[in-house]
Amino acid sequence: MYQDKKSLFVSMANQARRDIVRMVGAAKSGHPGGSLSSTDFLTVLFSAVMKQDAEHFTRDAKGADAFILSAGHITPIYYSMLSLNGYIERSELATFRKFGTRLQGHPCVHGGVKGITQASGSLGQGLSAAAGMALGKKMDKEDNKIYVLMGDGECEEGQIWEAAIFAAHHKLDNLIGMTDWNNQQIDGTVENVGGLGDLKAKWESFGWAVVVCEDGHDFDQICAAYEAALAAVGKGKPVQILFKTDMGHGVDFMSGTCAWHGKAPSAEQVEKALAQIPTTEIGDYAE
Amino acid sequence: MKKYIDTGKKDTRSGFGAGLHEAGKADERIMALAADLVGSVKMDDFARDFPERYVECGIAEANMVGVAAGLAITGKIPFIGSFAEFISGRVYDQVRQEVSYGNTNVKIASSHAGLTVGEDGATHQTMEDVALMRALPGMVVICPCDYNQTKAATLAAAKYEGPVYLRFGRPAVPNFTDADQTFEIGKAIVLNEGTDATVFATGHLVWEALQACEQLEQEGISLEVIDIATIKPLDEAAVVASARKTGAVVCAEEHNMAGGLGELVAGVLAAQAPTPMEYVNGGDRFGQTGTPAELMSKYGLSAEGIVAAVKRVLARK
Repeated sequence: MYQDKKSLFVSMANQARRDIVRMVGAAKSGHPGGSLSSTDFLTVLFSAVMKQDAEHFTRDAKGADAFILSAGHITPIYYSMLSLNGYIERSELATFRKFGTRLQGHPCVHGGVKGITQASGSLGQGLSAAAGMALGKKMDKEDNKIYVLMGDGECEEGQIWEAAIFAAHHKLDNLIGMTDWNNQQIDGTVENVGGLGDLKAKWESFGWAVVVCEDGHDFDQICAAYEAALAAVGKGKPVQILFKTDMGHGVDFMSGTCAWHGKAPSAEQVEKALAQIPTTEIGDYAE
Repeated sequence: MKKYIDTGKKDTRSGFGAGLHEAGKADERIMALAADLVGSVKMDDFARDFPERYVECGIAEANMVGVAAGLAITGKIPFIGSFAEFISGRVYDQVRQEVSYGNTNVKIASSHAGLTVGEDGATHQTMEDVALMRALPGMVVICPCDYNQTKAATLAAAKYEGPVYLRFGRPAVPNFTDADQTFEIGKAIVLNEGTDATVFATGHLVWEALQACEQLEQEGISLEVIDIATIKPLDEAAVVASARKTGAVVCAEEHNMAGGLGELVAGVLAAQAPTPMEYVNGGDRFGQTGTPAELMSKYGLSAEGIVAAVKRVLARK
């Protein structure tokens, strides 16, 4: 069902990667690693899956799907997505992490940025808020869905599993959790730092329907994962999509390492990275 | 002095339960969420009569805060209830991000606050929660003094748009304020006008302040008693006016010194009307197991403690 959008996905993802590198480079701070690993599946979510009218976005998501970024540090990809999908102007990206901006280091609701539903940054909390929204939708007899993105390292937070129990217990089958399973966190690999083990088995044992996307950078597989997740909606269980990804994907020197979790590239490194990411017809935002 | 009659001891948490039920009857957006303590926090009447708006969250307070924030985003007005320690200190970061910074219309019903939870001991006796919640930008902090006022404050919190921390207690205490009162958030309530000293009291200590007032009257000391039912926003004008009038101040609360009502009033008076002050509070220590009466007496959170503090402050006037 997404075949006709493949070329759109490719150029939007390329543009998002260019945005991420430039934003973090210009701000001299920020989180490129997880932004780059989440780029492809968020591109599909924002441009083809989520039913949300950017222009008429309201925080309460009446009659619309909603998205919460629980892994609040990956704002470069979040804000890029908002700019590429009509929520905010492209030019606003130049204000990222700068004094006076609405585009704070971690998402903030006070600036009234369209597309931001809840503050995040202190990890492990977004799934609970998403569960609350999913419950509210059910009470209002709306059939819209709530999407929430977590990092894999974030799943070391105990509250994630409180929320996992809650959502399954209350049969929140309009809730779609997504995990960026890049196996990297600040102190090393998730395997070595937190030992999450078999995430699929964990979510299943908590009563969730689980979809695993083996290559979270392959648009066919990403689309198939969303289709499988949407097919599981409404069947009594919350749904979790585990996207296996590569941290820093698309920039060779950032790829597959935790080193670029929260580090900004130098001006020279920005150029080196941009040389690897194709330009698009959308164009870079103006500095 | 004006006479206050105890119409029969009742717990303030039951005042919350009655207010929640009444608010829920009037407004379908009102919800109640509990973490395995529905009866203890007196949400059971609401849960019985509005089961579709009651959510049992299990023993997972952090998640409950987030769920409430999500519900509030969709337009509901959730009240989340637990013991004071577990709905303040345990979930401080969740309340900070999801409710205060996230600016969601969540009402925190904080029961069993202070020493008067009694025999459960210090793990359950939070004497620090007002400090934590006061520190959060935009958080309203209400600490009513009896059943009737807690009921009225609950109704006011339901109508107020924004985060509220509503603190109340476990034991049955005198019920002496008007049954049909309207609670005004941010307004200090003058219970007795006096001229020699002022007691600013909150929560269970308000009744003790009235008892102290009676005792002192017999000794020819005229005490002004002001009920600080809303700790934040503080009615600064009322505090400053009374301090200027009597020239001596005592603050009484079932909370520790750090970040409590006493420090709050001291800060306001230091800037606007420096006045000799004394404190009746838990100091800087944990509680212990005992009956509420034993504990309040041991820690001096009593009419006797207030009388002694008034005499100390009068000596410095």
